[in-house]
Amino acid sequence: MTLLRTLFKTKGEAISFAAFAFLILLVLPLALPVFRLNLVGKYLSYGFVAVGLVLLWGRCGILSLGQGVFFGLGGYCMAMFLKLEASDPVTTAIQSTPGIPDFMDWNQVTALPGFWEPFKSLWFTAGAVFVVPGMIAFLIGWAMFRRRVGGVYFAIITQAMALILSLGIDGNQGYTGGRNGITDLRTLWGWDIRSEDAQFKLYFCCCLLLLAVCLLGKYVINTRFGRVLMAVRDQEERVRFSGYDVAMIRTFVFTVAAMMAGLGGALFVLQVGFMSPSLIGIVPSIELVIFAAVGGRLSVVGAVLGCLLVNAGKSAFSEAYPDLWLYLMGGTFIAVVMFFPDGLAGLFGKPSGAGAKLTKFLSKFRPSLMGAAVTPTQITPLNK
Amino acid sequence: MSNSPRNHVLAIEDLGVSFDGFKAVDGFNFYLDANTVHVIIGPNGAGKTTVLDLICGKTRATSGSVKFKGKEMRGQREYRIVRAGMGRKFQNPSIYENLTVLENLEISHPSGRGILGCLLFRRTPAIERQMTDIAAEIGLSDKLDVEAGILSHGQKQWLEIGMLLMQNPEIIMLDEPVAGMSVRERTETAGLIRRISQNRSVIVIEHDMEFVREIADRVTVMHLGQILAEGSMEKVSADPKVIEVYIGH
Repeated sequence: MTLLRTLFKTKGEAISFAAFAFLILLVLPLALPVFRLNLVGKYLSYGFVAVGLVLLWGRCGILSLGQGVFFGLGGYCMAMFLKLEASDPVTTAIQSTPGIPDFMDWNQVTALPGFWEPFKSLWFTAGAVFVVPGMIAFLIGWAMFRRRVGGVYFAIITQAMALILSLGIDGNQGYTGGRNGITDLRTLWGWDIRSEDAQFKLYFCCCLLLLAVCLLGKYVINTRFGRVLMAVRDQEERVRFSGYDVAMIRTFVFTVAAMMAGLGGALFVLQVGFMSPSLIGIVPSIELVIFAAVGGRLSVVGAVLGCLLVNAGKSAFSEAYPDLWLYLMGGTFIAVVMFFPDGLAGLFGKPSGAGAKLTKFLSKFRPSLMGAAVTPTQITPLNK
Repeated sequence: MSNSPRNHVLAIEDLGVSFDGFKAVDGFNFYLDANTVHVIIGPNGAGKTTVLDLICGKTRATSGSVKFKGKEMRGQREYRIVRAGMGRKFQNPSIYENLTVLENLEISHPSGRGILGCLLFRRTPAIERQMTDIAAEIGLSDKLDVEAGILSHGQKQWLEIGMLLMQNPEIIMLDEPVAGMSVRERTETAGLIRRISQNRSVIVIEHDMEFVREIADRVTVMHLGQILAEGSMEKVSADPKVIEVYIGH
């Protein structure tokens, strides 16, 4: 009971979470063919990053434009395992060195590089998906936050990090698959992940893990730690002089967000079947922030829905108007920043909040919109 | 002045800091007795706030020592100084505006300052009692569930003092606690400071001489980063040097 109360502070929060679970576990699987469902699963894997961004950016005020890095590291860990499984000596018999991934053979690499070896083990890989992004985030975070690097400087550094990683992968084709990425992934312990059946099951796997991560995020937000996070965001100095180690708190939340992103990356690879540097560089990292901003950077469920909505919009619009999509995306982001800084979730939160601001703005043009902009159904109330 | 730090809660010797060659505080000696209210006064730019910054680690001193109960504090990181038992209130009320009064007090409670402690923190009856006691002390008993952002200026100042009291520090440093307060609020704050100094020491920076007279056990007058005079309020206000630079104006 206490746990429930910690997870959901208000009835609205519980309802919105239940509605979200109902949507992804029942409505979408029943309504969509497996191909579309697989796409939804791909979007939901971005949701893991979004939950991390809610903690990191929304709650603690640290804008990271490099979450793609951690998403990518988790994804690459998974992809390396799958690639090794797909490169058994029998299937790769025609290569000059059988038993190593095909791109290595093309690049005249004749033996499996040492850092690939441990990824033959699924258990190692399952751990690495969290530990590798977490460790790197911890080191970078500790180095930055100890020196009180914050705000826009931190954003720029994380952005540079995204560029470095994507260039690094790009430039070492023999070891990483280069620009093409790691492709042609087939089985997970002999289970063909490309079949419709597998995609259907993996979708549910992804959903359940995402819901678990959402609950974890909600738990963190509603404990004293969550309040300390907001305190660090709003009154850093006061927190420091209340005896908290602010640098450690920031490093911790950055690490947690990175680990969540890593898990998302791994699930992305399992569902999409490949990983490439184009998915983890600067642009994808910024897009991840936009997803969270549109959905609502303060609300766990809101941010995840943001990933779903923006990506669904991206699919729909880029299929119909491939040239206009980027402008629409940019416009959406500007609109979010100007009219509803708390995102879509913020529209349902407080009566005096951003929703009211938007309706007021719209009413200048068409008074009849006054009621229409805020629908009565409470899908995503603000997490507060 | 005695040189043995044992008798003093806080013994500051030859403390100094220079910013690009400008000596903001220079050769500052200061001994704080237990259970006293020690007020630092001085004209604008005398270096009063800088002294507090140096004590609590916000600004790094370039020379001297700050000994708290005989232990060197200079060079320690801020949160360690706080955990050792020093609390600092800022000039502008810095409270968590989005949290309620109760949550503001709760977040200041010293248990669970680590990450795990934060995540597993539970409000025990003892902590709850402490919070309600302190809320009563600072006159905010009827505002426990009010968002701190909508409190009046004076109430915010009191809340921040209450947050310090939650930490139960041995030294409380208050930077102009009555700035912007009404006369009635000032009287109440004076009473509050007298009460909280019964079992801890309080350093106050203040401009308002009436207020200083009401609360001070001991007064240090600063001028241009150095100490001009020290002693009881009667003694320093009779000092011709002090009259010249400060009170006479």
